[in-house]
Amino acid sequence: MAGVLASKAPPGAIAARPAATESALGRRILIGITVAFLTLFILIPLINVFHQAFAKGLDGYLAVFFPPEPDPNAVLNYSQKRRLAEAATQATRTWHSIGLTVAVASIVIPLNVIFGLAAAWATTKFEFRGRTLLTVLIDLPFSVSPVVAGLVFVLLLGRNGIFGDWATQLVWPDIFSLRWVGFGESFWPLAFERTHTGIIFTPLAIVIATIFVTFPFVARSLAPLMANLGPDEETAALSLGASGWRTFFKITLPNVKWALLYGVILTLTRAFGEFGAVSVVSGHIDVNDTMPLRIEKLWNEYNNQAAFSVASVLTFLALVSLVAKIAIEWKTTNEAKR
Amino acid sequence: MLKRKFLALGAALGLVGLLGAGSTAMAAEVRLLNVSYDPTRELYTQYNELFSKTWKAKTGDTVKIEQSHGGSGKQARSVIDGLNADVVTLALGWDITAIERAGLINPGWEKKLPNNASPYTSTIAFLVRKGNPKGIKDWKDLWKPGVQVITANPKTSGGARWVYLALWGALANARTHDFSTAQGQAEATAAGAAAKDFPVYQNAEVQALIADLFNNHVPVLDAGARGSTVSFAQKQLGDVLLNWENELWLARDEFGPEKFDIVYPSTSILTEPPVAVVDKVVDRDGARAVAEAYLQGLYTPEAQDLAGQLHYRPRNLDALKKYSADLPNIPFFTIDETFGGWVKAQTTFFADGGAFDQIYHPSK
Repeated sequence: MAGVLASKAPPGAIAARPAATESALGRRILIGITVAFLTLFILIPLINVFHQAFAKGLDGYLAVFFPPEPDPNAVLNYSQKRRLAEAATQATRTWHSIGLTVAVASIVIPLNVIFGLAAAWATTKFEFRGRTLLTVLIDLPFSVSPVVAGLVFVLLLGRNGIFGDWATQLVWPDIFSLRWVGFGESFWPLAFERTHTGIIFTPLAIVIATIFVTFPFVARSLAPLMANLGPDEETAALSLGASGWRTFFKITLPNVKWALLYGVILTLTRAFGEFGAVSVVSGHIDVNDTMPLRIEKLWNEYNNQAAFSVASVLTFLALVSLVAKIAIEWKTTNEAKR
Repeated sequence: MLKRKFLALGAALGLVGLLGAGSTAMAAEVRLLNVSYDPTRELYTQYNELFSKTWKAKTGDTVKIEQSHGGSGKQARSVIDGLNADVVTLALGWDITAIERAGLINPGWEKKLPNNASPYTSTIAFLVRKGNPKGIKDWKDLWKPGVQVITANPKTSGGARWVYLALWGALANARTHDFSTAQGQAEATAAGAAAKDFPVYQNAEVQALIADLFNNHVPVLDAGARGSTVSFAQKQLGDVLLNWENELWLARDEFGPEKFDIVYPSTSILTEPPVAVVDKVVDRDGARAVAEAYLQGLYTPEAQDLAGQLHYRPRNLDALKKYSADLPNIPFFTIDETFGGWVKAQTTFFADGGAFDQIYHPSK
């Protein structure tokens, strides 16, 4: 439990001083309040997610993702056929939303690792004018409401936006529609089956919005550690004749690798779970649904059990990342002790 | 090791860029985006299957229709902001007029398709708890002491605007027509086109009654029609829900007929959700032919039957008759004849500072 509570401090930061000055009664009251609060606001809702997801048993849960195959010999009436077709459509949409969520996260994470490293490096290893301003800017996505973040991109990239004329006419290929077409028609054997026009209300807008809301995680996990380490080791490497890249890969990266992984996990969790910003820029098109948007749609279609089943997948992922976080914290504290 | 991975990533990105430049013109199938309002999700899921089949049989092309559903006004706003809708199928004419004013739809869209470009209609009726414990049978019963009315916010919900107009027209004894006969429909259309003055707007007595209803009988205004159904059916708020007829049927089917009764008032409004092709988008993408066929297809007997099955009122009289047990015939008044169309109704009632803002003071 202590690890969870202390997880606000990024790994590598100085461990909290044991607070043992309160009286035994005060300590018990504090622990009691904490446990009661966590049970009421976190544990019970969490259990409820799984309870609702399994409201129709394991079969009902699995049917959300793998709809029942109709028996080819069975004679079905119209409404039974309709129900089967409906279940198949719903499962296809759900799988599509899972695919899109994973795709978005796999694009966002590498980009934010690069941006985060650059930002943390710039703000901790160099002294320059406006450094404080830059640090504040990096934190901005934390303090801006995600819905506002989404609307900002609508106002920038929408038809009446500042870049609207360019951004609504831009044609770009869907990288997931790359197909083998053979050498018959052109020099390249591969082609994109689908293109998108415009940025806002397309998957690209979802990627942009997700980058925005997850931007601070990597930078924020790295910055305290990088500031702590200082530029000494790098200066030494450079003075011995190592190149900038070599210094980075041999000195800096090994020093911060756990903090980096920690930031990646936070980014991943948020990228999977982001609702507000993504909802605004998705245009409510079914093919633009990420998992949280899909959950809302299922709920609005009175399909509570399916909504909670998809939610349980997200919750499970959150629990896994929580375990990973604790493992990293444990590892870094142990390394620090050594 | 890591360095090599970065290089590979860079090379892959570069390759993707090259491929993109070389082959963006290829398209194996036609795509359409239908931007619609909340309750039509089930209708268009089924109609899209039907249309894809007929279009494939006719032209050999595969057409894939994507759906987007949300509050009608919000959806119109998204289209104006750059959502690439090929067709819009919204809750009310005003929202399509807003897109027209943004320059995306050519004026005169109402006349491009039959029946004011509304292939199906609906109405506003009541959903009450089983056995109708509060005895709500007609509009006047909503003012009975202790009755709590659930409806959505007319400022944000298309369905709730129709509710507001239904209340207003019914209280003002608007002139009604029999829409179950071709003759009645023709009379209504003619009367709508000929209407010049609209005395309902000056009816202070009706305004006072509606102010009393919204301030003293409506505990909560949800943002959307579906939200108000959830409030009534799932959260068990209120005694009567005012909403689209098709939305009431959906709630009854989802939660079971043993929980709710649908009550039809003595008169109500004919709600006409219109459809239109977004000219700017289809002309840019070369999708005009398929988009127009998609909307015209809504008037075919098969599509009309589908609409009836899902509790929308088909324009086609045969289909309407087939489902008349579920969709009983009551006299309807129209927005054109009673209120002079959506532009007038919107600016008078629902614009900022309009009649609704003046009467609604929930803090009381």
